[in-house]
This record gives sequence, C-alpha cells and structure tokens, in this order.
Amino acid sequence: MTERAPRIAVITFPGSNDDGDAALALAALGAEAVAVWHAEGELPDVQAVVLPGGFSYGDYLRAGALARFAPVMTAVRAFAAGGGLVLGICNGFQVLCEAGLLPGALRPNESLDFVCRDVALTVERADTAFTSRCADQQPLTIPVKHGEGCFFADPDLLAELEAANQIVLRYEGESPNGSVARIAGIVDAEGNVLGLMPHPEHAVDPLTGSTDGALILGSLIDAARERVATAAAV
Amino acid sequence: MIRATVLVRPKPGILDPQGEAVQGSLTQLGFAVDAARVGRVVDLELRKGHPQEARAELERMCEQLLANPLIESYEIEVREDA
Repeated sequence: MTERAPRIAVITFPGSNDDGDAALALAALGAEAVAVWHAEGELPDVQAVVLPGGFSYGDYLRAGALARFAPVMTAVRAFAAGGGLVLGICNGFQVLCEAGLLPGALRPNESLDFVCRDVALTVERADTAFTSRCADQQPLTIPVKHGEGCFFADPDLLAELEAANQIVLRYEGESPNGSVARIAGIVDAEGNVLGLMPHPEHAVDPLTGSTDGALILGSLIDAARERVATAAAV
Repeated sequence: MIRATVLVRPKPGILDPQGEAVQGSLTQLGFAVDAARVGRVVDLELRKGHPQEARAELERMCEQLLANPLIESYEIEVREDA
C-alpha cells in the first residue's frame, strides 16, 4: 500500500521568518509542507497547520496582535474549531494567544534581553498529538529565540491550566523569559492546538546540535498521518 | 471631527520590565524615582459621530485590538473639535 504523506500547511504572514525552516523540517521528517500566504481566505486540503516564528506585522502594537486579523486566520480558527491540529511556534504561539485560540498572553522577557540559546525542557504530557513520540517527564533540548516569550496567566487562569492539564512543556531550571510556572508550551482545552516558545524546527538535524525538535514535529506528523488514514477509510 | 486619546497601561501586578529598566536608569541619573510603568498612547481621529457613540466605539476598539484585556488596562479620552 502506498501511503500518502500527510499535508501540513505552513502559514506565512508578512514578517514571518521561520516559515522556510518549518517547511524544510516537516519535509525532512516525511510530511508534505504546503506554503499558505496570509491573504488566503481558505486553507488547502491539509491535516495540520503550523503558524511559524518571526515578527508578523513587525510585532506592531503587541506581538501577534495584528496577525490574528489576517484573512487566513478565519480559516485557521474554523479548522481548529473542527478539531484540526494547529501548532504555533514562537510568534505563532503569540498569534494563537492574541486570537483567543489559546489562553494567556506573552509579555516581554523579564530580563528585557532577546534570548537566543538552547534551553532544557521537560515534557509534562506525552499524551498529546504534539508529544506522542516523547515520554512523560522526558528532558528535551530545543533552542529559543525571542524577546517576548514571558507567558502570563493570572492566578485563576494558571490554576485552570494546571487543573485541566494544559501545560505540555516547562523550562527545566530557570525560565529564560520569566514565564509563570516556567511554562514553555500549552494546549487548548480540547488538545488540538499547541503553542510553544521553543523552536522544534531548528532542532531536527544533528548538524545544528540537538534533534529533540524532531520528536515534537514527528509527533504532529504521526497525528496528521492518522488523519489521512482515517479520511481514506471513510 | 472627534479626537480621542487611548492610554494603555500594564495592569497593576503585571510585571513591567520596561518600567523597571526606566526606573533604574532614572535612579542612575540621580532622580529619586521609586517606580515607573511604561504604557502606550494611541491618538485617534474619528471621521464622524456623536461623542457618546464614539466612546462606545472606542471601548470596542480597545477590547478588540488596542489593549489586551488580560494584561492591560485602558483609559479613553474624547475631545470634540469645533
């Protein structure tokens, strides 16, 4: 049986700059990356969507605040509402929070420094579509590069996130940005939308160090592949 | 024409590293400053409408875009030009 590679959309907003790396990483791991421009009103036939890192709309007003009004975001919202898999990396995470697809907000780093280095993470949940290739409490090393990665949730929201088990990744040791509860990545209540500040697409090739990012993207590809199979079986 | 000014501030209790950096620098310059918070000013010119309606519209602008209600508070000032 020839299996069709899962198709994963990578959205490009004006100012996105990790869309290329995201597409290369997905392709290297066996998916077909489909480039989608922010002005598109509809998504092509895909099994998952990636909102990449960068500085959409120059980070004007607040990081991610303007991208949520891009025409394609209406389609992404509908895709997510229908249970579609959406992964937001760095600026993509900021866009998901501003769009209300994920709770919380991302604030300027506590240090005010732009942080660009490998960070140690812990997988808090290995039962999501984005972490199925990981083990619970598995340590990962994945780079971050951001100026506004300080995840904020007020005490009520934080308690909700903890209770609903929505925290998927935490920084090991000190948070590089001052985020509450050392949060590095969260899922929505339904578990089909993940946002994270670290860049898995920059950690898939031994040439550049860690390959732990392949565990995250590989998990997403596995989940997307299952959806191809399910669709084919229907 | 109606002119409006929207002041957006980090909510009390929200960490404001920019404000802390500004306070530190002012202290270094010899000013006795105990705290500084840094927000944002948006000046707007509205094409038409009644000041009361304008205020309601500005509220919506703040909720939908100009402020992030989770982390920021806002104040709206409306002026009518003769």
